[in-house]
Amino acid sequence: MEEEAGVVKPKKNGGGRLCSLCNQRRPALKRPKTLEQICKECFYTVFEEEIHRVIVDNQLFKPGERIAIGASGGKGFIYLLLWFSYRRISNELLVYLNLVDSTVLAYVMSELNRRHNYGLDLFLLSVDEGITGYRDDSLETVKRNEIQASELGQMSMKGSRSMYGLPLKVVSYKDLYGWTMDEIVKIIGLKNNCTFCGVFRRQALDRGAALLKVDKLVTGHNADDIAETVLLNILRGDIARLSRCTSITTGEEGPIPRCKPFKYTYEKEIVIYPCHLLFTYAYFKRLDYFSTECIYSPNAYRGFAREFIKDLERLRPRAILDIIKSGEDFRISTSTKMPEQGTCERCGYISSQKWCKACVLLDGLNRGLPKLGIGRSRGPNGDRQREMKESNGTRNIQSKQCGTLDF
Amino acid sequence: MQLTLEFGGGLELLCDSVKIHNVNVDPPQDGEDKFTMKSLLAWVRTNLIKERPEMFMKGDSVRPGVLVLVNDCDWELSGQLDTTLEEKDVVVFISTLHGG
Ligand SMILES: [Zn+2]
Ligand SMILES: [Zn+2]
Ligand SMILES: [Zn+2]
Repeated sequence: MEEEAGVVKPKKNGGGRLCSLCNQRRPALKRPKTLEQICKECFYTVFEEEIHRVIVDNQLFKPGERIAIGASGGKGFIYLLLWFSYRRISNELLVYLNLVDSTVLAYVMSELNRRHNYGLDLFLLSVDEGITGYRDDSLETVKRNEIQASELGQMSMKGSRSMYGLPLKVVSYKDLYGWTMDEIVKIIGLKNNCTFCGVFRRQALDRGAALLKVDKLVTGHNADDIAETVLLNILRGDIARLSRCTSITTGEEGPIPRCKPFKYTYEKEIVIYPCHLLFTYAYFKRLDYFSTECIYSPNAYRGFAREFIKDLERLRPRAILDIIKSGEDFRISTSTKMPEQGTCERCGYISSQKWCKACVLLDGLNRGLPKLGIGRSRGPNGDRQREMKESNGTRNIQSKQCGTLDF
Repeated sequence: MQLTLEFGGGLELLCDSVKIHNVNVDPPQDGEDKFTMKSLLAWVRTNLIKERPEMFMKGDSVRPGVLVLVNDCDWELSGQLDTTLEEKDVVVFISTLHGG
């Protein structure tokens, strides 16, 4: 494509209105949270400083802590951003550094850690699921992006913003479970694989974090994700999960607490943040911004709850925060007896049953009974499992799609 | 009228996995004096989207969760469907509903 796109002519908007924060520059986006029309420069500042406020107000971290930033495999969204210093991370590792939410999170966390002297030891944690198709495609993109990145390195994007990397640790399903997804699919076929995807994925980061002995795991779950989860848990009547899903930090009783600095950050802003940082459009258009999804997933798009959230957002952008708020209030007012949160006898992961779901599935695989734990077959949790289901309405894992959000 | 359209966040999969389209759309017809985003979306649906149009559109607008930037600017600032397009404008569509 011809290179005239470097110069961008802005559209007239709102009768030549100016940014409602600085009153100097032309606005570039409308914040869903406040409906303010703000310019790019003010957007970076408010976006980053709001997250800083969330971190400080909730005392998410202590100086000296070792923090893993989790790039959960759940979204299958390959989006390589340019601000990591590629030379310090090998190609192969970079592949997994892929998700928009976690990539923006990594960038913002390292920026804030430096700017506000959190004193944190940060690194990225990602999981290799061992899905062949996934990996090979992505590797190609990494190579292409790497070339573009080094070109971009020579342009200065925005004064103070330097590009630098965080160490990246990758753990494989093989390390964590002894099986790759490809090996699992070979045994159980394509039909049931998303049970495994979902269960293994949900635990992968926690297990990886434990393996690396970190103090805390941060994830890129955003306000939209949390509103969606609140909604789903209300619809399912799952009070135990509802009470947990709005907490900014969870799993404090377990080995590795998890926290969500993007709890109040809208997805729209997370997606737009790197676009604006990278604009010059001339560059953006050449950046490979493409999605790969779990190739085993029959339906990689989110279901109706997400759709509903987005519909609500269009009508009234505050709705997302209101749903989160109602989830929080619900937690405070409830006096219902919660199912006990124990830990799995085998692996120590949080589980309300004797064995966690991953261990049940693994036990089946290892014993050559891969259907164990899927659907109605009897696992080691036996009657207890059935009782639990009846008593608190926990959904059968079979009906869970890969990527269902769970906190 | 020449426009550059870009699809990202998975939307390119709906148009033969091509991300950037340099297109020529018919100038405004008689009776209409401008070519708007609304007309563009109808044009895209007819001419570029090869499958699952419901992933891209809902009614005569984009599906909620699809971000639209016109010349680097959030289309919510330029009037969404009423945004008037001109020669050489660049329109970016990004789905935020990334895969599961
Ligand atoms: Zn401003
Ligand atoms: Zn899957
Ligand atoms: Zn276990």
